[in-house]
Amino acid sequence: MTQDERGPRPGMSRRAALSLGVAALATPMLSRRAFAAPTQLTMLAWYGHAEPDIVAEFEAENNVKFVPKYYTGGDNMLGLISQSPPGTFDVILSDAEYVQQLNAAGYIEPLDPADYPFDEFFPEFHRFPGHWDGDTLYSVITRFGFLGVAYNTDAMTEAQASTYDVFWDTGLQGKVGHFDWHLPNLGQMSLLNGNASPYDIDTAAWDAVKEKTMTLRRQIGGFFDYGGTFSSLNNGQMLAFAGIGDWITGTLERNGAKVRSVIPEQGGLQFTESFSIGKGSSKAELAKKWIQYITSAKGQAKSAQMAAYPCLIPNQKGWEVLNAENPAEAARQGMVPAQGNAMDLIRSGRIKYRQLPVQQSLEEWNDFWSDYKSA
Amino acid sequence: MRRHISLYGLTFSLPLLIWQLLFFVFPLVFLVALSFWTVRNFRMEPGFDTVNWVTMYGRPVFWQAYGTTLALAAAAAALTSALAFPCAYAIAFKLSPAARRWAIFLMVIPFFTSYLVRVYSWQVFLSDAGIINVMLGWLGLGPFRLLNTVGATMVGYLTLSFPLVVLLQLFSLVFIDRTLIEAAHNMRCGRLRTVFAVVIPSARVGLVIAALFSFILCFGDFVSPIYLGGGDPTTLSILITDTTKSGQQWPRAAVIALTMIATLLVVAFLSVRFAYKGRAQ
Repeated sequence: MTQDERGPRPGMSRRAALSLGVAALATPMLSRRAFAAPTQLTMLAWYGHAEPDIVAEFEAENNVKFVPKYYTGGDNMLGLISQSPPGTFDVILSDAEYVQQLNAAGYIEPLDPADYPFDEFFPEFHRFPGHWDGDTLYSVITRFGFLGVAYNTDAMTEAQASTYDVFWDTGLQGKVGHFDWHLPNLGQMSLLNGNASPYDIDTAAWDAVKEKTMTLRRQIGGFFDYGGTFSSLNNGQMLAFAGIGDWITGTLERNGAKVRSVIPEQGGLQFTESFSIGKGSSKAELAKKWIQYITSAKGQAKSAQMAAYPCLIPNQKGWEVLNAENPAEAARQGMVPAQGNAMDLIRSGRIKYRQLPVQQSLEEWNDFWSDYKSA
Repeated sequence: MRRHISLYGLTFSLPLLIWQLLFFVFPLVFLVALSFWTVRNFRMEPGFDTVNWVTMYGRPVFWQAYGTTLALAAAAAALTSALAFPCAYAIAFKLSPAARRWAIFLMVIPFFTSYLVRVYSWQVFLSDAGIINVMLGWLGLGPFRLLNTVGATMVGYLTLSFPLVVLLQLFSLVFIDRTLIEAAHNMRCGRLRTVFAVVIPSARVGLVIAALFSFILCFGDFVSPIYLGGGDPTTLSILITDTTKSGQQWPRAAVIALTMIATLLVVAFLSVRFAYKGRAQ
């Protein structure tokens, strides 16, 4: 009687058992990549940049695990770097005014511009001030945003909020908040005083800025950090806010809060965020790959919609992807090419870069800010 | 008589000594050294320069913040002690042992949750559209500005120190010799007078230590002045963050921190001296 006549034997044949054994032994070799521990990439950044909505795809594609260290403010970032041994951070996100400090202190590596998609960027971002030292690139811009008047849409109209003078409105006494950082607030006061270069002002202009700022003190309901700014706008405790923009109100607006930001008639400020590779990083290649990813059209569209806080993006093709993926958000942020958009604001000259004071020391601005708060 | 240091005694005292050296003395020495360093181009440079002390002590804003912080912490310690005492007294003298255990448990529960979360939750109550103003609105009152005020900061301070003060006062009250209270009553001393003439003097050490802890906690607190007080007025803890936030001025922050430590040491020394005044050592 043949085996066929006997019918299938219960259990497993010797050949099948051998095949299974070989397969089991070979599996880890065949899928070694899947079983390998992910490479850790350390990132020093503002909150949100290493969260899953931004990095999950890159992590999966490259078997990488980001280990973020978040900071609030450029000085905080410099403090963290200076207290860490070289090579601690593979990728460093910085605001433009601090890139020069990072470079001067030798914390970041020079970059090859040919590695990054500058040809896709708007021309204004090809050689962004502070990111280059002569012809050497040190940081690649990834996002930017504007700072103007943040306001509660139930309390005032956009037209009313379209001037910094609204902060002095008697109806807003005790309801005007400050994001507790002197640079954006005093920069806005400088714009209000008509200084074309708000951070490059002489002694007389600086005195005038201080005098004007002091008159605002009685209107102020509080000085808030990152979390306090969110909550005081969200619960309606503050109806107008100086020193911030859509990076705060956009997040709240997306979640249904009745707040918005507007660039006032006196102009607004621009902040930028850019990525550098940390000096001494042992994973510079992977860090470069990350910067290439996040500055690509796909990465840029993702970055513009970051859950932590939205921002404008410098990559034109990123705008196209964003408009295809999420036209409502593209319109809300002003990134629709065919209509009045963020680039038009920059090109009209209404936006000035936020930077460190030029003719005064940073200490002088900070000391005045402390005096103002205690007045 | 010369004391003999035994290995047994060392075994138990060494960990404490090592702990104090590692986590108090060494950081303190470093803080003192740091206060003489300088900052150039965002980088700290070791050295010996009194510029930070001269600059900070020469600024009116520093002394203004110092006075504010001292006054707020003293007021918080007094208010917390006054509000906690009836609570501790009731738990110590009016509750059964079983109920007392439950009361102590309830006083410990707040320590299970984050202080920051508790302070944030106060915003829900105190904001203009918050629970308190809504309830006042039902009575045709308000809305009143409750959040971002000194009063709100005080609420935060109470949240921070009230349970601890109650517990410290309670442990002091339960060990009072009850025969003293009975004797006072036998001598026709009224209840209120007994409290002031017998209970409080008997529990003085515990009550003063409780108030001292409240003062220490509130003096260095950053959370309530920022999240309930809106950062206005500036306290020393806020001034420290302001100083470090711009220009990496950690040495100047060290000057503020050392002044705070010195103040707390003086207050603690005076408090303990007052607490044990007239008592047999």
